Formats: sequence, structure tokens, C-alpha cells
Amino acid sequence: MGKIHTDREYESELKKLRERLLKMAGRVEEMIADSVRSLVERDVELARRTIEADLLVNRAEVETDELCLVILAKRQPVASDLRFVTLSLKMVTDLERIGDLAVNICERAIDLAHLDPLKPWVDVPRMAGIVQGMVRDAIDAFVAGDADRAQSVVERDRALDELYTRVFRELLSAMLNDASKVERGIHAQSIAKWLERMGDHATNLAEQVVFMVKGKDIRHTKALEEA
Amino acid sequence: MVAVDTDLSDAPAKFVTRDVFAWFGDKRVLHGVSLDIAANRAIAIIGPSGCGKSTFIRCLNRMHELVPGARVEGQIRLDGIDVYGSGVDPVRLRRRVGMVFQKPNPFPSMSVRENVLAGLRLTGSVPRAGLDETLEKALIQAALWEEVKDRLGDPGVGLSGGQQQRLCIARALAVDPDVLLMDEPCSALDPIATAKIEDLIHTLKRSYTIVIVTHSMQQAARVSDQTAFFLSGDLIEFDATNRIFTSPRDSRTEDYITGKFG
Repeated sequence: MGKIHTDREYESELKKLRERLLKMAGRVEEMIADSVRSLVERDVELARRTIEADLLVNRAEVETDELCLVILAKRQPVASDLRFVTLSLKMVTDLERIGDLAVNICERAIDLAHLDPLKPWVDVPRMAGIVQGMVRDAIDAFVAGDADRAQSVVERDRALDELYTRVFRELLSAMLNDASKVERGIHAQSIAKWLERMGDHATNLAEQVVFMVKGKDIRHTKALEEA
Repeated sequence: MVAVDTDLSDAPAKFVTRDVFAWFGDKRVLHGVSLDIAANRAIAIIGPSGCGKSTFIRCLNRMHELVPGARVEGQIRLDGIDVYGSGVDPVRLRRRVGMVFQKPNPFPSMSVRENVLAGLRLTGSVPRAGLDETLEKALIQAALWEEVKDRLGDPGVGLSGGQQQRLCIARALAVDPDVLLMDEPCSALDPIATAKIEDLIHTLKRSYTIVIVTHSMQQAARVSDQTAFFLSGDLIEFDATNRIFTSPRDSRTEDYITGKFG
């Protein structure tokens, strides 16, 4: 078992921060699943409830930011504590953005509820499943301090991007061939895009976990090497 | 990778220490410390009480041996010269390697002027520049001139705590040292006086090499280019300060600086 801070108040503040992040991540994961379910099942009520749930996520962002500021001011953390607190500030932003994107999907779900889909929703739920897994694994990696697990999340983003590209091409082809499909096609493309963006945010979370654990910044590595 | 904004790779070493052991009688308190101190840098030494940090710096200017029964073994070289070599005069060494202590200690019977020039008088040297110019220069370098220039004849002990400490720094600087050792120089000072001394360290290191022992990790983080962490007489880790305080390599360093004392 790792050592704990001799100042128990400090230890408890860090524990509180960890718990808040986990709770926020759990809510966001649910929102991803519920937003796509509301789309597939044409469930307007579920979409509305999910939109309301975002208020809790936004509140959690504000409260977690405040807690981070207090810890920074009071404790002047260093080393792994410093990385944890500063990265928590970034992580809440990514989680909150994922929540916002889920709200976007819900709003589209409400718009599309009265229309038959172009074809059965297959790829979008598949994308949602991948994203949910990425968020869950990023957060599990964060809790466990598991940089390898976090690294695997980063690698999954490529598969998600490829799936999005395929969805985009299919929708484009459908819209080009039949003008009556354009409205639903555009909505579907937006939804797929938002899921792809969620994947980017989940990748950010994972990269931050690697930095927190290893003190090694893996963001933009390719771009930095080429520069 | 944490960016290290102080490039120390090419800085010449002012002090080179290898396998330094120190004893108080039979009790060994340093267990083979090897550390290079780069010129014109500020090095902080941190660690819990009894870790050997003050003992180590006292080995650098041969003050450790002034304690009855105390001894040192190992290599300590200043600009390549062994400071424990047979031809080395410890008194002259202590001019080149000055020291400032935790409690300001201006000579009680002396004025501000006499305090600053005391080191010169004790060693019998007369600076080429003349005494007045040396006095002014030392007080300017110690960021004290403006505050005392109209009362150079006043007793040194009449100054505030922070001013007294800067007076002691001026006294050390007047003999034109290479290195300034500071043993918890701000422990007895209020935050404002501390901030002034820390600001002074940033200026001084352009001309001198500074080694500061401190209990305050925040101070070490603020003033130093490199930080050494000592524990129970061993040097555990020595690295760029930015690195030590963001991503230390050794878990013992991590535990100490994050407050996990067990």
C-alpha cells in the first residue's frame, strides 16, 4: 500500500477530488449510452432526461474546479500531487465537453424521433460503444495509475476515426443519390461526428493519465517530432 | 517530458565532491556523498532534520572540522584544488567560500561599516579599490545600501532582522568570495524579509555560486536551479529543480516533497 500524506486533511482533499472525478465520469458514460439509446429507440423522454442530467455534469465541473483551486492555493502541491491536481482541471473540461456532445445527440434524437432512420442504426451504436469503453478505461486507468491501460485508449481512437470515415462516406453516397435522404443524412453525420469528437476527448483523458502516472507528456508526440 | 529551462549540461563545476564521509566522533553522519556544484548557479539542499545537509556544506568550507572530534574523508575540490590538501589554508578557504547562518550574527560591538569590513580586517587584506568603495559595493550587492547609506556608523545590531541578515551577506561578499553557503538563511525572518533575500539570491548567482540549505521546499523550488535531496546521510537525488518538483525519479524524494512522511 502506498504511503499517505501525513496531513490527513490534505489526504482527504485529494480523495474528495478523486471521488468527484469518478462520479462525473460515471455520469458522462451514462449520458453517452442514453443519448444513443434515445436515438435508436426514438425515446424523446429519455433524450430530455439526459439533457437535464447535463446540468449535474456542469455543476460538477464548477465544483471540481473550485476544489482544485483551493488545493493549489492551500497546499502548493508538488510532483505527483501537482500533476494530479492540474490534470484534474483539464480532465473535467474534457468530461464536460463529452457531456455537451451527448446533449447534442439527444437534441438530434428528438428531431429525428418522428422520422424513420435511413437504415437500422448499427455503426453509430458501435461508435458509442467504443467511446464509452474509452472513457471507462481512461478513468479506470486514472484510478489504478495504469499508464499501459491509458495508452491502449489512445490507440483505440484510430479505429473510431476509421469507423467515422466509413459512416461519412456511406451517408454522403446515400444523400447524393436521393435528395429525400439529405435531412436525415445530415443529422446522422452530425451524430457520428460528435461521437468521433467524444473519442478525441477520451483520448485527451488517457494522455493526461499517462502524464500523471509517468511524468511523461505523450501529447502531440508525432507533431513535435516532425517539427 | 518536463522541460528543463536551465541548461546545466555545459556549466563548469565549481565544487566537485566524491565519496564524502563525515563523522562526529564515532558517529558517521555522511555516507559517501558525490555531488557536483555548477558555477554561477543556486543549488538547494533539502531533507529532514538530521539528514546531513548542514554537515555537508560545512565540509565544503572546512567548518565541520572545527567541532571537536569531527572529521571528513573523501574528495572535495574547489576549481580543481583539493580543499583538504596540505597546502590549503582553511582561513583563506573560508574567505573564498563564505557562509551565512540561520540566525543573523552581525558583530554586536561594531557599526554597519565595521561589520561589512570585518572580514577584510580579520584577514589583514586591503582591497585595491579602497575600503569605502568595497563597503558600498558589498552593501549594494546585498541590496542593503539604500537602507543604510546614511547610517553606516550605527550599530549593526540596530537593524531589523532582515537587514541584519543582508548585512551578514554583505560582510561575506566584501571579501570577494567565489561561493556563498547559506544555512537556512531565512528561517528567522518574516515573509517580506524572506522575499527580499530570495530576490537577492537570483541576482547574486550571476556573480557567485550559491548553496542554500533550507527546510522550506517552496523556497528551494523558488530560488534554486538544482536541488539535492538528502536522507539519513545519503544523497538520494540531485536534479534540475523543475524536474525534482514536478517528476522526481526516486520514490523517497516523491514521498518527502509531497509530505508523506510515513
